[in-house]
Amino acid sequence: MPMRKLADQVTPRTIEEVGLYINDTLVRADTSWTILRTAREMGIDIPTLCYHPDLPSEGHCRLCVVEIGEPPRTRLVNACTYPVEANLKVQTHSEKVMHARRLVLELLLARTPKAKIIRDLAHAHGVYESRFHTEDPEELCILCGLCVRTCREIVGVSAISMAGRTPDKQVATPFKEASEACIGCGSCAFICPTGVIPYTEKDGIRTIWGRDFELAACRVCGNYIEPLAQLEHWARITGDPVETFLVCRDCR
Amino acid sequence: MPKFESIDHLNEYRRQLRARRDPSQPQVLVCAGPGCLPLGSEEVAQAFRAQLEEKGLSAQVALKTSGCHGLCARGVRVLLRPQEITYQKVTPADVPEIVETTLVGGGVVERLLHEEPETHALCRHKGDIPFYRSQQAIVLRKLDVIDPESLDDYLALGGYRSLRKAFFEMTPDEVIEAVERSGLRGRGGGGFPTGRKWRICRDTGEPIKFVICNGDEGDPGAFMDRAVMEGDPHAVIEGMIIGAYAIGARRGYIYVRHEYPLAVKRLQLAIQQAREAGFLGKNILRSGFDFDIQISQGSGAFVCGEETALIASIEGHIGEPMPRPPYPAVSGLFGQPTIINNVETWANVPEIINMGPEWFAAIGTEGSKGTKIFSLVGAVHHSGLVEVPMGTTLRQIVFDIGGGIPGGRAFKAVQTGGPSGGCIPAEFLDLPVDYDSLQQVGSIMGSGGLIVMDETSCMVDVARYFIGFLYEESCGKCTPCREGLKQLKKIYEDITYGRGEEKHLTLMEDLCAVMASASICGLGQSAVNPVLSTLKYFRHEYEAHIRDKKCPALVCRPLLKYTIDPETCTGCLACVRECPVGAISGLKKEAQEIDQELCIKCGLCYEVCQFDAVRRE
Ligand SMILES: Cc1cc2nc3c(=O)[nH]c(=O)nc-3n(C[C@H](O)[C@H](O)[C@H](O)COP(=O)(O)O)c2cc1C
Ligand code: SF4
Repeated sequence: MPMRKLADQVTPRTIEEVGLYINDTLVRADTSWTILRTAREMGIDIPTLCYHPDLPSEGHCRLCVVEIGEPPRTRLVNACTYPVEANLKVQTHSEKVMHARRLVLELLLARTPKAKIIRDLAHAHGVYESRFHTEDPEELCILCGLCVRTCREIVGVSAISMAGRTPDKQVATPFKEASEACIGCGSCAFICPTGVIPYTEKDGIRTIWGRDFELAACRVCGNYIEPLAQLEHWARITGDPVETFLVCRDCR
Repeated sequence: MPKFESIDHLNEYRRQLRARRDPSQPQVLVCAGPGCLPLGSEEVAQAFRAQLEEKGLSAQVALKTSGCHGLCARGVRVLLRPQEITYQKVTPADVPEIVETTLVGGGVVERLLHEEPETHALCRHKGDIPFYRSQQAIVLRKLDVIDPESLDDYLALGGYRSLRKAFFEMTPDEVIEAVERSGLRGRGGGGFPTGRKWRICRDTGEPIKFVICNGDEGDPGAFMDRAVMEGDPHAVIEGMIIGAYAIGARRGYIYVRHEYPLAVKRLQLAIQQAREAGFLGKNILRSGFDFDIQISQGSGAFVCGEETALIASIEGHIGEPMPRPPYPAVSGLFGQPTIINNVETWANVPEIINMGPEWFAAIGTEGSKGTKIFSLVGAVHHSGLVEVPMGTTLRQIVFDIGGGIPGGRAFKAVQTGGPSGGCIPAEFLDLPVDYDSLQQVGSIMGSGGLIVMDETSCMVDVARYFIGFLYEESCGKCTPCREGLKQLKKIYEDITYGRGEEKHLTLMEDLCAVMASASICGLGQSAVNPVLSTLKYFRHEYEAHIRDKKCPALVCRPLLKYTIDPETCTGCLACVRECPVGAISGLKKEAQEIDQELCIKCGLCYEVCQFDAVRRE
């Protein structure tokens, strides 16, 4: 993660409350907030795909764009990363905004025609069909990066990353081999909005990202808990012996 | 080189340096710029060295390899001073004659002189060549006269005088004010006012700040920054020291792509020399100010030139752009306020401080001050590196400086600003080149690429090429750019393969509008320029591809049709022997015919026919 801070991480030298206009309504917000947070506090729905409140926003999906400024000098910015400033004028559902959102959804629909979350969002925006070309009708990854950020920021192991540039951009383990760093926790599969990360569990073995993980059994009831590698990771970060984690939650 | 402990010490050294140098001493300057070097600059210089040795002239004649001389189309170039005679296309075999005729005899080797394409006039002196006459060199001024590896050469021409002036005669605020008043805008693409950027950074009041020089130069075919880094590295360094003093930075980085090993070597040497002389390091010239520079080598990805991606790359992360704000001037390298400027921007700074902001602001147009370096390539006689005042017209650049289009062909378009620039048609040839005018006609200044195209270029194919490049280079992070470029590439494939449909045109326009407004960084935002500008000015070419399935410029191969004119064909069978797929048949000594189903449109029959019987349309 580059060290350049993003809007919701920068602590302005003076955190203060300022007034700004969202859809012509004067609202007060803290200068450490983003437009997205402020709008959501007001109950305004701005669609997002790659945003998660517990993860740093990187503004990939561009669905949350809003229009700022005053005509004729307005521009589109990411609501999820743009910091609130005094007297900012924001339109969350202007014609320009909706046009951009619809087109972005059209592009995503062409990319992942079978992804339910994309179809639902597209339909909600009146987009039922895409004018664009579909390369792989089975594609499900929308490259939102939630999995990568979860693995890095929440799990703390960075087992997967976004590899490649546009022509072959994909989420992958280093060199696309079974990852040494992966602890088999499955958080990436859990957070994935389209369920594209393959993950199986059979006979005490969890398979994810091409690697098999032996599941540890609870010392008391014998039920499978989590992969041993994950319990060892917990032991490492907490400093507690791994045995502590070999009893399932129910038996504690 | 002594370590300068005070201004007096530096002044005295410079005075002695000047006194030692005799302006009438003969000098041979062999261009070793990006264009000439691969043509054999080293060998030419070596030949001079040997020849001078042989003639016993080594002591009298100063032999140097210098930076780019500009007129790269005719390398290797050699400049002889003080007469200012310039020779072109010099090979080691020419050297004895040059030494004999010019250095010894005082005459001129006519066959090595520049000849104007239309008038065939021979140009003896640099100033006689129209290519140079319409230029105004500020940043390139020293390139052809100094040895880039010699700090003495730089000092003799007033080098580090601006640093002294900034440090001892100006406060940091006054330096920023001077840069603001000069009107200097960033030469790396965006054209943001440099002084304003510096002030924002200084005003953060943070104790730790950085300066960065962006030497990534990813535009294919562009080499202005490379030429400056290789040819006058101390100018970039001096600019950075002044910038660091102005904002209060203690450390600077020069980011150079690893394909530029010579630039890295020259900069490294210059940094070393500057440290030894006391211009870098602790307590510079006893001013109490510390500053040092290190070089960071980039992976060579085009997108790494984008400032936030570049910062991530220096930190050791993947070079991908991040949303702004916050801008690097507020939160940049390692999360600290950072000013990042282009090589050419930095190299302008010492000139502004030395000559004063008013001098600089008097050059150029209302909104764009100073000069701009372009790398002029494509369908012109004189391709090369040119520096002109802002506001020079495209016509002056293409025709006066570039010498016009070779082969009597007609001008079609000029593309400015690198791969994501727009294509400007002939009707705007009188457009003054500055940031604002270019934007108004749908292009950008970019970092200064200038590609001239003549009537043999297909504008659909040109746009297809640039979209293909940008598609490969887009980092793929944000949806509009990644998916948009993928779709544009597909549409261009369809159109140039004869699968284009009328609706593609509106779809492209619709898509481009959103890519331009909703992409994270400049790559996605400006990727639409080649598309929109060609759609606007050369729409008829798209329509011909789509409606008539024809490429008017006869470039898009799948749309070409080869036929044999039965009247002209003699039945010599040359084409039959050449055709790789056996598509041509007929009786000997009778007219042949091409089977359109089999034809792969390779054009070999067209090339080989001596009777012009093969028609291409
Ligand atoms: C895709 C992309 C590539 C860029 N490449 C370069 C580059 O090679 N060199 C450069 O100086 N600026 C480049 N820029 C512009 C930088 O982001 C930045 O604006 C510039 O370095 C600032 O310096 P300036 O104000 O002196 O122009 C690029 C921008 C984008 C969006
Ligand atoms: S505009 Fe393109 S290059 Fe820039 S961040 Fe988005 S995907 Fe990457």
